[in-house]
Amino acid sequence: MVIDLDKCTGCGACMTACQVENNIAPMVDASNKMRTLSWMLVFELSNKKSGAEAEVAYLPRPCMQCGNPACVPVCPVIATEKNEEGGIVSQVYPRCIGCRYCMAACPYHARYFNWEDPIFPKGMEKALSPSTSARPRGVVEKCNFCHTRFMQAKDKARQDGGNPEGLADGAYMPACAEICPTGAISFGDVKNKEHKVFDLAQGKDAFRLLEKLGLNPQVYYVSKREWVRKLGDNYAATGKPGAAKKHS
Amino acid sequence: MDRALFPDGLERCSFGKFVLWMGFVSAFFLFGLYAMLLIFAKGIVVTGLDNYFGFGLWITFDLAVIALGAGAFFTGFLKYILKIDQLKNIINLTVIVGFICYSGAMLVLTMDIGQPIRAWFGYWHPNVHSMLTEVIFCITCYCLVLVIEFVPLVLEQKQLNKIPFLHHLAHNMHVNMALFAGIGAFLSTFHQGSLGGMYGVLIGRPYAFREGFFIWPWTFFLFVLSAVGCGPIFTVLCCTLMEKMTGRKLVDFKTKALMGKIAGTMLTVYIFFKILDTYAWANNYLPSIGMTFDQMFYGLVYGKWLMFTEIILCGLVPAIMLITPSIRNNPTLLYTAGILDCIGVSLNRYLFTVQSIAMPILPFDTWQIYAPNWAEWATSGMIVAYGVLVMSLSYRYLPVFPQERGMNK
Repeated sequence: MVIDLDKCTGCGACMTACQVENNIAPMVDASNKMRTLSWMLVFELSNKKSGAEAEVAYLPRPCMQCGNPACVPVCPVIATEKNEEGGIVSQVYPRCIGCRYCMAACPYHARYFNWEDPIFPKGMEKALSPSTSARPRGVVEKCNFCHTRFMQAKDKARQDGGNPEGLADGAYMPACAEICPTGAISFGDVKNKEHKVFDLAQGKDAFRLLEKLGLNPQVYYVSKREWVRKLGDNYAATGKPGAAKKHS
Repeated sequence: MDRALFPDGLERCSFGKFVLWMGFVSAFFLFGLYAMLLIFAKGIVVTGLDNYFGFGLWITFDLAVIALGAGAFFTGFLKYILKIDQLKNIINLTVIVGFICYSGAMLVLTMDIGQPIRAWFGYWHPNVHSMLTEVIFCITCYCLVLVIEFVPLVLEQKQLNKIPFLHHLAHNMHVNMALFAGIGAFLSTFHQGSLGGMYGVLIGRPYAFREGFFIWPWTFFLFVLSAVGCGPIFTVLCCTLMEKMTGRKLVDFKTKALMGKIAGTMLTVYIFFKILDTYAWANNYLPSIGMTFDQMFYGLVYGKWLMFTEIILCGLVPAIMLITPSIRNNPTLLYTAGILDCIGVSLNRYLFTVQSIAMPILPFDTWQIYAPNWAEWATSGMIVAYGVLVMSLSYRYLPVFPQERGMNK
């Protein structure tokens, strides 16, 4: 996934699409934002300047589907795995014991705990996604790049006589990328040269969040503004993006 | 009324007084029990935890009591494996304290996990790469070892011991206790370490992450050392508190001072490596990820004073006090050092648990505040009350202190 932060308006459509696609029930009391379920969460960034120089940017944060995830090796019951096929970090809800060790491990806060059983208001059950399971109270859940859509795209490729292991650009699209009105979210196989994201991720303005921690996040961000890029990592030691010693 | 159940030749307070005391403690226990049932019924939504603070008071409490309960395995190791015979005067108490700490911690863990009914999955679907899996295995196994170590003491109760089978069973269990002490030392060392390893492997949490040796981060070794550096002296503090409450002498001061020396030696080794570790972390690791030592702290609640209190006031100071014979041999100073030592190790567990996850890692995120609510305090209080109840019953009816009769003539 590549997200162009200069295109993002912070409208929140990605958050809404994510909630609908993944059957996230509205909370009875959502006033405590530290307990809401937001697999996709939009942060507001500021350049901390005032007057005419003040600028803001919006940063949508899905799960980074890290290449070296902090959450996977810590899970005591193998309820989360780095899936080699597609590279998505999965969450096995029926196996999760709700210890929340993975949440403590993730520096992006991309993991959420189900504090209450999901209750869908009357009528809403008719609009639920049939392919996405609802989660019970007491388990951890997270963005999985709308994994069921990935399965469906592969099924379609098989039906059409195509190659399910080499999907065409755009054949598989998470709900957030599909709905983004400004096209800020691009999606594809970042290792496939035929996909648009391959070039976007290699661009000089591309960066990833907290690269220096060594988690190898698979979500790329793009911005022409240096102050935005600088907010992608910590540079306290040197003050310049990209100049700090890389930690292995 | 229950005099026939007292250990041979020992005096205890009147039955009425005992019932009053047990009733007082039970009130706290029952309040915690109510909170626990509420948590099982409604889930941990009734606590003060949230998506940032998945770990809070409970995990801090667990880690602290497990460290403080380390007196059991380490004293057992010294008594049965290294044959330091003088420790027989306090070994029973270390077993009871250890049993209370570990069984209490396990009870808290069943509340803490979101799906208590799946607690056994740790055995069924173990992830061999997870430090927590090792903790689950070792804590449950070690708790069983503590039960095995506690049982002979229960069987030595005056009336039970009259039954020939139970008498022989207790005797034979005592004969083979070195085996269980060895198993306990092995299991306990590993899970104390793995509790530290749990934090040390958190690559996404700079406050906790440490490099290390092979698969073990430095925190693995630091947690083992700090546990054995406070466990023995915690037992001494428990013993002294019991002496003050009952007005009877239970363990001679020479044994207490020996326990202080053992704890002090281990604490000194620990604090030496802890200071080295902190220096390397602040000067090598943090700059490598673009962070500074100052960034690890915030305001008063998460201020540097916590770390300095932990390492200097409650680490270095008690270590020096406990290894200096003239200080250690003064009861008041021994107990003061012991209290500082236990506070320091508990503070260490708090910082690794709460400070690690309160700190913003993303540059555009902010520090968050965590405050445990009544349900977390009540259930933690329940474990303390449970410990007091078990200890009160054990003291009244079991021959816990071999020196008591001789010292109170």
